[in-house]
Amino acid sequence: MAEQAVEAKTAAPRTVARRDLRLVVVNWFRELTLVPVIIVLMIAGAIVNPVFLTTSNLINVAEGGAALGMVVVAESLILLTGKFDISLQGTFGLAPLLGAWLVAPKASEGLGTEWSPWLGLLVVFLVGLAVGTFNGFLVIKANFNAFIFTLAMSILLTGLQLGWLGGQTVYNLPEAFIYLGAESWFGVPVSVWVTIATFAVASWFLRYHRVGRAMYAIGGNLEAARAAGIRVDRIRIGVFMVASVLAAVGGLMQAGRVTAVTAGQGSNLIFSVFAAAVIGGIALEGGRGRMIGALTGVILLSLVTNILTLSNVSSTWIDAVDGAIILIALGLAKLIGTERA
Amino acid sequence: MQRFSSTGPATPPAPVGEADNASKTFGETRALIDVTLDVRAGECHALVGRNGAGKSTLVSLLTGLQRADRGTIRLAGAPAPSLADRGAWLRRVACVYQKSMVVPPLTVAENVFLNRPVGNNGALVDWRRMRADAHALMLEWGFDLDVDQEASTLTVEQRQIVEIARALSIGARFLILDEPTAALEKAAVDRLFERVHRLREGGVGVLYISHHLEEIYEICQRVSVLRDGELVLTGEVADITQGQLVAAMVGSAPPRRATEIEASAGSAKLGDTRLDVKGLNVTSRSGSVYDVDLSVCAGECLGLVGLRGSGSSTVGDAIVGLVKRKAGSVEASGVVGYVPQDRHQRGFVPVLGVDENLTHAVLGRIADRFGVVSAGRRNEIAEREVHRLQIVARTLDQPVVSLSGGNQQKVVVGRALAAEPAVLVAINPTVGVDVASKEALLDAIAQARDSGVAVLLISDDFDDLRICTRLLVMVRGRITTSFTRPPWDRQLLISAVEGLEVAV
Repeated sequence: MAEQAVEAKTAAPRTVARRDLRLVVVNWFRELTLVPVIIVLMIAGAIVNPVFLTTSNLINVAEGGAALGMVVVAESLILLTGKFDISLQGTFGLAPLLGAWLVAPKASEGLGTEWSPWLGLLVVFLVGLAVGTFNGFLVIKANFNAFIFTLAMSILLTGLQLGWLGGQTVYNLPEAFIYLGAESWFGVPVSVWVTIATFAVASWFLRYHRVGRAMYAIGGNLEAARAAGIRVDRIRIGVFMVASVLAAVGGLMQAGRVTAVTAGQGSNLIFSVFAAAVIGGIALEGGRGRMIGALTGVILLSLVTNILTLSNVSSTWIDAVDGAIILIALGLAKLIGTERA
Repeated sequence: MQRFSSTGPATPPAPVGEADNASKTFGETRALIDVTLDVRAGECHALVGRNGAGKSTLVSLLTGLQRADRGTIRLAGAPAPSLADRGAWLRRVACVYQKSMVVPPLTVAENVFLNRPVGNNGALVDWRRMRADAHALMLEWGFDLDVDQEASTLTVEQRQIVEIARALSIGARFLILDEPTAALEKAAVDRLFERVHRLREGGVGVLYISHHLEEIYEICQRVSVLRDGELVLTGEVADITQGQLVAAMVGSAPPRRATEIEASAGSAKLGDTRLDVKGLNVTSRSGSVYDVDLSVCAGECLGLVGLRGSGSSTVGDAIVGLVKRKAGSVEASGVVGYVPQDRHQRGFVPVLGVDENLTHAVLGRIADRFGVVSAGRRNEIAEREVHRLQIVARTLDQPVVSLSGGNQQKVVVGRALAAEPAVLVAINPTVGVDVASKEALLDAIAQARDSGVAVLLISDDFDDLRICTRLLVMVRGRITTSFTRPPWDRQLLISAVEGLEVAV
């Protein structure tokens, strides 16, 4: 019967139009709402400080955005399936810390085990995977509320990081361990390349892979997805796992950039992550949003941070200005894109 | 157009879905008792029964959501697959429920092929092929729908088309439509009937569940009636009168009504004007309103009749202030009781008990001057409303969410009446409830009318109109016709509602 149905279809005249161009344009316009804002910010930056438009500064911006971007991809994937994970910032700090601890010598606050840096990288990966699996099972299978559960996890992970380090910093890390955050290819940091690649792969996967489309279906209408035979729980848990690993890799970038793991790495990062994702058009209620939008959100936030630093705003005021600018961006996004925020 | 050779007209109609002596028990409730029923290819088979008669249980057995305790289910002539094999069920049977099974952010094409590979590569989505296949499917079955449209913008009717198309494309030839016309306007209902006709011609068997008996006579060939979990009647529609159908559903109640809707002229003499609406203009997505004037006196029940989207329900929302008026005035003397259109969204708080829900509008009266609620006074009012509306609940504090649809609706109406309103605005107060609940609801509203409440009854269900003393018909946002003397002539009324010129 199914084969016959296909037969009948191919026999039918293929009068279906290629993509509705108007719709494509509208969709892209919606995704790129922030581009004018970014352009305005670039101009403002150039006026504030001539250093802004130099290559080295822009690379600096990109490098700062790379680590944030990894976590934004991670959070966006979870948001698309209708959940969220606050503890990504805890993983961002704790996973590289555990890895660094095992590879750094005792003199530079390591454990003294001085494992091979490759084993250290494996540990970073495994810690991410373990936290993601734990979160995924308890939020999806045991049906804990995602907000309160991952908030508690976040406090726990950050607390462990602080407790174990006791305010110290693990430094003097081997080259292979910090390669991701410290090295450059063709003058651009490896972390930037990797983050761009991650955005591209996530984007492609969400658009063309069955599981990617299933993620939109899960976030858009859970019951309909389940009725269609989508393995709803398996995919949602998998997304939690992948996201935590991405956050761990992001943390590794951060550690490589400053060639150390501090006790405060990852603190308060999650607010910027949510802000970037949401002003980039990822819907908090799930099922809506694209990676290209999230990327513009990351670029916008990174530019803001950089311009604030360059404009000599007192460091105690940076948070307030940061918050105000996020609010303005949210307002703009709401005005221009219909379905945002 | 070429259809499937295996289901051509020459072959005798084979059953696409059968229940054979199926029984199902939940706890102490025997939801289904030895039900035997078959739906044949090319037939539209009506399934009717009051709420709680076992229709939903039968559907859940036929769609593989639950297993029968005894008896067997057969699909397309073969024993049903195991419950775990969802894919196998989806290929044989599909149910279009009242609740939406489309994914709003995705396009129509994606919704049709949700979670199914299109093209050669199973893991990747071939967008061009998917759109072309979806388009071809729409053409083949005569559905008029843009496959690139985002599903969030679809109407209820279009959403049904997507779900039907999805089932057909998987290969299912047994379709269950669960109250498909409940949220459709008349023109959309006609188009649905055309679609059902086309599906039948294509060899699909349809199990059609509806509260509207007229529809059954229009599109169904056979009808089965469930009552208290038992199949009490099954046969050719042509051989069964509406009276017999109603009698089978209700049990002993006498059949009622023919071409006219009986309506009492109202026993109480009219009092002063309680509700006065002048020059009302509202812009709304669910139906705009232009220059509406109406007034309701104490002891009167004014029926406002219109299709969905005609603006009739917007008038109700505007009177109680839920939508903003663009122009015009609304004057009401005293408390206005309100029965909202969507009971699930605005009608009650699901997890709270019957008693709390019934007294939400009168918290001020049951609390002392420090704001502390008196359980005694709450129970008193709750008991009065439970009695008045014959609400069936185990206890007064049973969560409303666990009641049947009919009883939920009684709670919503009870909440409005508990406030002892001077004016009652009720929008579709009997939508989706069984016959007995309907009687209880209408009786309670009629009683309120007779005790001097000014009632504005906004409805597209003609059964509701029998308690009205006067009718206004709305078409496309304007009041077009007025009926002042009951009984109401169905033909004239339908013509007026459909926007035809009527001399009254």
